[in-house]
Amino acid sequence: MSDETNPVPVDASPTGANLGSPAELPPNPDRGMFGVKGTGDVSGFGGLVRRRPDIEGSPKPYGGYFDEVTDALEEAYPGFADAIEKVVVDRGELTLHIVPEKIAEVAQIMRDDEALRFELCSSVSGVDYLHTDSRRLHVTYHLASMTYRRRVRLEVAVAADGSVPTVTSVYPTADWQERETYDMFGVVFTGHPNLTRVLMPDDWEGFPQRKDYPLGGVPVEYKGAEIPPPDQRRVYQ
Amino acid sequence: MSQSTEGRAYAPERETTEGRVFTVTGGDWNTVTDSVDPLSNEKIVVNMGPQHPSTHGVLRLVLELEGETVTDARPVIGYLHTGIEKNLEYRNWTQGTTFVTRADYLAPLFNEAGYCLAVEKLLGITDDITERAQTIRVLFMELNRISSHLVWLATTGMELGAISMMLYGFREREYVLDIFEETSGLRMNHAYFRPGGVAQDIPESAIKKIRDFLVYLPKKLKEYENMLSGQVIWQERTQGVAVLDVTGCLSLGITGPVLRAAGLPWDLRKTMPYSGYENYEFDVPTADTADVWGRYQVRIAEIRESLKIVEQALDRLRPGPIMIADKKIAWPAQLAVGVDGMGNSLEHVAKIMGQSMESLIHHFKLVTEGFRVPPGQVYVAVEHPRGELGVHAVSDGSTHPYRVHMRDPSFVNLQAIPAMAEGALLADVIAGGASLDPVMGGCDR
Repeated sequence: MSDETNPVPVDASPTGANLGSPAELPPNPDRGMFGVKGTGDVSGFGGLVRRRPDIEGSPKPYGGYFDEVTDALEEAYPGFADAIEKVVVDRGELTLHIVPEKIAEVAQIMRDDEALRFELCSSVSGVDYLHTDSRRLHVTYHLASMTYRRRVRLEVAVAADGSVPTVTSVYPTADWQERETYDMFGVVFTGHPNLTRVLMPDDWEGFPQRKDYPLGGVPVEYKGAEIPPPDQRRVYQ
Repeated sequence: MSQSTEGRAYAPERETTEGRVFTVTGGDWNTVTDSVDPLSNEKIVVNMGPQHPSTHGVLRLVLELEGETVTDARPVIGYLHTGIEKNLEYRNWTQGTTFVTRADYLAPLFNEAGYCLAVEKLLGITDDITERAQTIRVLFMELNRISSHLVWLATTGMELGAISMMLYGFREREYVLDIFEETSGLRMNHAYFRPGGVAQDIPESAIKKIRDFLVYLPKKLKEYENMLSGQVIWQERTQGVAVLDVTGCLSLGITGPVLRAAGLPWDLRKTMPYSGYENYEFDVPTADTADVWGRYQVRIAEIRESLKIVEQALDRLRPGPIMIADKKIAWPAQLAVGVDGMGNSLEHVAKIMGQSMESLIHHFKLVTEGFRVPPGQVYVAVEHPRGELGVHAVSDGSTHPYRVHMRDPSFVNLQAIPAMAEGALLADVIAGGASLDPVMGGCDR
């Protein structure tokens, strides 16, 4: 629409009651109506503040089967003290934070030890803790024991250019799941038989699930079009 | 030379670093092979898909063939990647169900259930979900399992040559979708399960439809078994085909009917119950053949078990709330099913706009911002028609998911294709792939 056809002049002063009306108040970029900070965009796309998730180790006893699992691992694995960074029990789930270099060894014992028997690796995926952890990329392994009907989560943390030994020799099912984690987060799994992208095109640049990778705002491949990022699509002023 | 140009008319060829590549669009195969040196003709690489009627959506299989024997199979996925997990991070927790429901489009209610159970576990309200909401969830998940298995029966029937099975399977599935539409307003992609309960109570008319369906389907199932089980072609195409034993399944992470057809009765509804499944009586069907035939029998038996659960769930339905009592979490909008799906309830809009300012504020804050979820991470797994659907949800304390990962059974199960296909015949790749029941929407997310 050109300016000539626009019936409302942009510079016109507001009509009607204008004394103290919101239209006359000086715009304050930091604080809006009702104490809203930033853009006032309640859709959540703009000015989103992420709180730091603080991950603290839990004290013993952990309760439930968690003590049995950690004790069995400690007994079966001589390097337990060096490999386990911390043990977290939260919401009825056990998380073992592992030193990245040791993950394959720990997985091997988790699978093979008589008292542990985590036969199934349910899921491998990543989380990007940008700005909250210096080793920002976390890889989580969800193991399930069909013998004892237990679940446990192993978690490793590496820097953005870090690498983690692959667990595919212990759990072949981790093959595609590690490829997906590489594809989305850029975690390099050393020793993986075929570490290529699995969901994104082979020549894609960047790692889409990282927190500093925008949703939208990247040129659309193959079409030449561009979609603006969500915080620029709508304006509430 | 004249023969070569004639071959070229049907199959243009070009030189690549990996040898000569022919593009075959039709005509006589002999014409193509005759124009090529017969000695270099032994190995062919065939691209099956991504647009192929037998690959269940946009799955691409790169097959290396020697004659009709597959020597190397490589599945290529990602053609339906839509960034559902990334998108979730930009919406509030309640809006998440509308995204996850679109992942595995044949089992949308399981995606919603997994996601909602994860959010509820993060909130610590798992035990506060009302009895009626839990029963409705079980009821709908089992109906969804039936409809998903019916589509499996339909598409697998078609791929192995029983075209009428496809028509019957989709016809019966439509009955289930009618029930879903009656209740949630939508045939697919319902967004019906919400964190805290379900969006809408189940109307009497839908309950009547379910009762009718319980009488109708067993008769039809009998017909399908009569049609397929005794069929020599069906038996030949399925028995002893694409065998994968328990060890193979576990190392490749295969769960669901494929694992149970290998003989391990691992069903999360029994082994790690959720949503009150421990209160229902049902069996976990297994087979010991570990082949496509066994998977067919397990799925048929599972439909029957699901019907048993549906019947029990109907009997357990007692009047009561369908949403959690906590008003800080419960979606305040009383929604109504309109002609074009779910929408606003005029009565509720009149109340908040005309009568109660506090209701309006509450409604506005909760709908636009959503509720906050305490920081932490959980992993919740549900028994999906194709295996274990796991949802790993991470919260940083805000109104939006920090990260949600869906461990979709289609994605993991597809890794079994090389193990099943290599060394077998080309035709068995179709049967083996179909027996995994991959849905690419879930696989690629």
